[in-house]
Amino acid sequence: MSKTTLDPVTLAVLKGRLEQIADEMDATLYRSAFNPIIAEARDACHGLYHAETGATLVQGTTGLPIFVGAMAFAVKAVIDKVNREGGLEEGDIFLFNDPYDGGTHLNDFRLVRPIFRHGKLFCWLASVGHWLDIGGNVPGGFNARATESFQEGVRIPPIKLASKGVINQDILAILAANSRVPQSNYGDLNGQLNALDLGEKRLIELLDSYGDAVVTQALDAFTARAATMMRETISALPDGVYHFEDYLDNDGVTDEPLLIALDLTITGDRMTLDFSRSSAPCAGPLNIARSTAVACCYVALKHVFTDVPANAGCLEPITFIIPETTLLGVSPPKPVGGYTETILRVIGVVFGALGHAMPERATAAPFGTINALSIAGHRNDGSRFVMFSFFGGGLGGNPETDGLNHGNNPISMATIPPAEILEASYPVMFTQWALRPDSAGAGFHRGGLGAIYEVEALAESGADVFLLGERGKFAPFGVNGGDAAALNQFAWQTDEGERTPPLASKIADVKIKKGRRVRLETPGGGGWGSAWERDAHQIVRDVRLGYVSVSAAREKYGVIINKDGSLDQQATNALRDGRTA
Amino acid sequence: MSAQGKIIGVDVGGTFTDLFLFDEKERRFKTEKVPSNRGDEAVGFIEGLKKLGAIAEFSSIVHGTTVGTNALLERKGALTGLITTRGFRDVLEMRRRDRPKTWGLWGDFIPVIDRDLRLEVDERVLADGSIRTPVDLDAVKQAAQTLRDKGAQSVAIFFINAYANDANEKAAVAAVRALWPNENVVASSEILPEIREFERVSTTALNAYLQPVVGSYLGKLQDALDADGFKGQFHIVQSNGGVMSTATARRLPIRTALSGPAAGVIAAAEIAKSAGFSNVITGDLGGTSFDVSLIADGRSVLAAQTTIDFGLVIRTPMIEISTIGAGGGSIAHVDKGGLLQVGPESAGSRPGPVCYAQGNDRPTLTDANVVLGRINADRPIGGKLARLDVEAAKAAIANHIAQPLGLDVMAAAEAIVRVANARMAGAIRLVSIERGHDPANFALMPFGGGGVLHAGALVQDVGLKSALVPRFPGITSALGCVIADLRHDQVRTVNWMLDSLDAGALDRLMVSEGRAAEAIVSSAGVAVDRIDIVYELDMHYIGQTHTIAVPLPVSLVQGTTGINASIIQQAFETAYRASFSRLLPGIPMRIVTLRTAAIGRRPAFDLTALAPQATDKKAAHRGTRKVWFGQAWLETAIWSRLDIPVGEIIQGPAILEQPDATTVVDPGLQARIDQLGNVIIERAR
Repeated sequence: MSKTTLDPVTLAVLKGRLEQIADEMDATLYRSAFNPIIAEARDACHGLYHAETGATLVQGTTGLPIFVGAMAFAVKAVIDKVNREGGLEEGDIFLFNDPYDGGTHLNDFRLVRPIFRHGKLFCWLASVGHWLDIGGNVPGGFNARATESFQEGVRIPPIKLASKGVINQDILAILAANSRVPQSNYGDLNGQLNALDLGEKRLIELLDSYGDAVVTQALDAFTARAATMMRETISALPDGVYHFEDYLDNDGVTDEPLLIALDLTITGDRMTLDFSRSSAPCAGPLNIARSTAVACCYVALKHVFTDVPANAGCLEPITFIIPETTLLGVSPPKPVGGYTETILRVIGVVFGALGHAMPERATAAPFGTINALSIAGHRNDGSRFVMFSFFGGGLGGNPETDGLNHGNNPISMATIPPAEILEASYPVMFTQWALRPDSAGAGFHRGGLGAIYEVEALAESGADVFLLGERGKFAPFGVNGGDAAALNQFAWQTDEGERTPPLASKIADVKIKKGRRVRLETPGGGGWGSAWERDAHQIVRDVRLGYVSVSAAREKYGVIINKDGSLDQQATNALRDGRTA
Repeated sequence: MSAQGKIIGVDVGGTFTDLFLFDEKERRFKTEKVPSNRGDEAVGFIEGLKKLGAIAEFSSIVHGTTVGTNALLERKGALTGLITTRGFRDVLEMRRRDRPKTWGLWGDFIPVIDRDLRLEVDERVLADGSIRTPVDLDAVKQAAQTLRDKGAQSVAIFFINAYANDANEKAAVAAVRALWPNENVVASSEILPEIREFERVSTTALNAYLQPVVGSYLGKLQDALDADGFKGQFHIVQSNGGVMSTATARRLPIRTALSGPAAGVIAAAEIAKSAGFSNVITGDLGGTSFDVSLIADGRSVLAAQTTIDFGLVIRTPMIEISTIGAGGGSIAHVDKGGLLQVGPESAGSRPGPVCYAQGNDRPTLTDANVVLGRINADRPIGGKLARLDVEAAKAAIANHIAQPLGLDVMAAAEAIVRVANARMAGAIRLVSIERGHDPANFALMPFGGGGVLHAGALVQDVGLKSALVPRFPGITSALGCVIADLRHDQVRTVNWMLDSLDAGALDRLMVSEGRAAEAIVSSAGVAVDRIDIVYELDMHYIGQTHTIAVPLPVSLVQGTTGINASIIQQAFETAYRASFSRLLPGIPMRIVTLRTAAIGRRPAFDLTALAPQATDKKAAHRGTRKVWFGQAWLETAIWSRLDIPVGEIIQGPAILEQPDATTVVDPGLQARIDQLGNVIIERAR
């Protein structure tokens, strides 16, 4: 504990009150947002940030996990601008989406608002949300072939959207002119403004009732406490250097794998994450900026050490080595639109390396791809549509349970829009929305199952299809002897039969005719522990439920299932004993 | 019901079955509390009734039940099958692609219907309601036979887009019923004709899963009542706070999920209204959780859906009750960062708090209250234990809390109560401040055994106006059963643009929905003063996916509602502005869903029957004992709560004791006994 004069009880009370403010800002935006990426998938986040450093003070509990890590950099970018140019006033609101200056990718719009007390800056409130379309070559922004950020959409550095409470309408006009769906963006912007209005009101009420000094002391104590907890957590791990490597399929332009390599060092109560051995910056959109890399390491650590509080303090005992010579620390105009795929791989290698440090708590890889699928075109009445969504897959086997079937990625708590909402909104029809058998990595605790989504184009003019996915060549890994999961697969129908993408899970501008279908099959999670030691009766159940096929039961688990679905105990014993002998 | 009969409310909870009898003729009431018999709740139910008198003489029994909720939480429903559209059998298991916790990726989900009992058939309806593929009835029959052969007791039928056109589902359900006469066959369009396939299939599947369980429970109760010569009406409280017939409950058991807690909120609203309070926040503190609900302008808030457990989603209107994991059994501990935490881990009722001496040695909130002298160790509530072990509670707090924090035992116990109060206060803020309600306009109504201990502190912490402690906090839900109105809700997804609205078509739909709901209420066989038809639309700006609830200022009069587009627009903008700071002029509006409720208003219940008869304040005084407040032991007056006459004011510090609850009046507060025998705790003047 830090040397605070505040009693633990007041601290606990203030912690709850401050988190509630951020939670309420989240809820306001979800409910009033226009695009389903925010409203349904909750691709948004709010919090309170330090006046001078921008460090995260308090985060909501419902915000998108990756933003929880990234927002501090966004506020810092605004602070740097103010320090350079001056002129900060009460009622100002800053807006930007610059991925190289505290952003993530161009779709993520940040609003940052100073909170003044007695004429002096007290802290910042910030809101981030994923807007549906911001121009660029591909509707929805996930341009798998981009080689410069200019092809991905409009880039806006930190600018003043509002001065002294008055919104600059010219900026709104520029934003509207640069999107395929200006009304949706306008609705989302208003939702974010609603959230900031509310956050300010609540924070001022809190400061009025507790006093600024008490709240400041509490904020300092939270940060110190998080640092203490993280140091204690690291101390409990054995000293050493732990290596883990994984690959991205390709960058969408050149068909060469990209290495994500981590050397994780534990020394006493400090941890170093060194990504120096990773691939160089790539031509396509799979790069990320350093701030994004740090943010996703934070997400990975929070998933493993769940009781460490979400503020800047927990990064204090951690050193990051992310050279600009790697694809994890790029500068403009290197394209970053596919950042979601890269950060999933970074998170995976952190899980993997920590799994070596504490095998008893190791978790196998989750499915590990966003699968940003965009189906766009024109309805029969001529109006334009863009159906854009992310898809689910299996989570990894773990010491306690099999992985979850059809979960979301570790970077988000996103729910998937209902098929009925999509069918009511766009000229498409789902022909399959199902679990994918044999997609999970085998293990003592197997992975969760991935999914199969198959969609038919209903419009007379068909549809254009874009996909930015991964795991088409490198499957989600197992741990402690568990198997890897199935690969991601994508196919579309043509007059000449079914086609698959030359670059595994990335395509742009594929045209499908009315009545033709596309099919996405997502990976499951990796397996935990040896599949050959999994209880044979569990496999009988897996086969009965259709999670595992009879042949996979034999090949992956060494379990022989009779025609009637029962266990052939004798043959199973023989097979399993033969393997261990 | 006869205006001169005996009405009984029965609330079966996890530990106790509470009963409330009101004799309309004699204008007398009686309460009873018997242990619940977990697993065979009918036993405690009948035993409790018999304690209140001859069952044959009762005119009406209204029941709040947790049988459905428990069957869901413990996964003890019936073996159920699903027949569904080809390609969609896994919707139930895939959920909305969520996970149990934000942080941490462990945990799995097992749906209530196994995958091999979810069978697909050819059929397809499109989003516009057109039928692309007629249903293959031979395949449906074959699927039903397969499910029957596999031992299924109930069947749910769920087709994609059935909200837009239920023809295929209707044909399928008729085919199954013809082949397999069985009341436990349901179609999703009969349960919830609303867009969003997961929510619809989940609600339908859980309903089918519960039907045999709730049906056999209600059947058993009815048989037992019949055997004792009961001739009156037997009704069930729904999660929406309204009462339904047992026939409806057997068909729609999913609507009983929050039956008991909802009855408590209904009673709270009625008690508050009679006491002159239109704005209250109820707080029910049990062993493991604290349930909070808000009543504004005399009305409780209805939520559209709830999640019983991860992946078990029920979408049907229910009283919005927020729950946090803080109860009397919540365990206090010091975390790695040195911060004191209370809950969410709970010692429950077994082994229970340390002071129960049943094997737990980690301190709970109840232990802190015992050590501080707030709970009388010699008179434990419920009467199961003779005495509470204060020394053991003290030792546990010393070891686990005082030592690590460097506090003395009393300060540590006080800190546990303060942290727990802060969590409860947070829950209260969540339903009030965060929804734009100023707590200074609200009174807290604590009920359940434990909530009353903390009422005064919560009033001060949240800045509430006062606390209103009902005369019998421990049997509030049973009282609610006696008071609740009859109610039936219906929902229809329409997806109509307001710009091009055919008001006549909407009116016709509203009339037919209203009449259908009204018919169910009037067929329940209960006398009501009148039946109100209430309409609400779910609407949004085109482009938004979430909707807001728009109450319509119209009703069903002489075969029409008189609805038109400008009434709707005005109602929408009023509702939108109440939720968000900015309207979005120029963006078209859409009506997504029509919600219709028929409410049969029961004759008003006169709560003056509950008022105390005592006139001698002195007789209520039980002496004093030392109770710890803040920094010190204070010599505190102890009162027998039920014997304090109307109009008396007791200054804090004071403890008011009664068999089912203990009221703490903190220093600086006072307790006033109102005309109905409620205790009003407010700041001392």
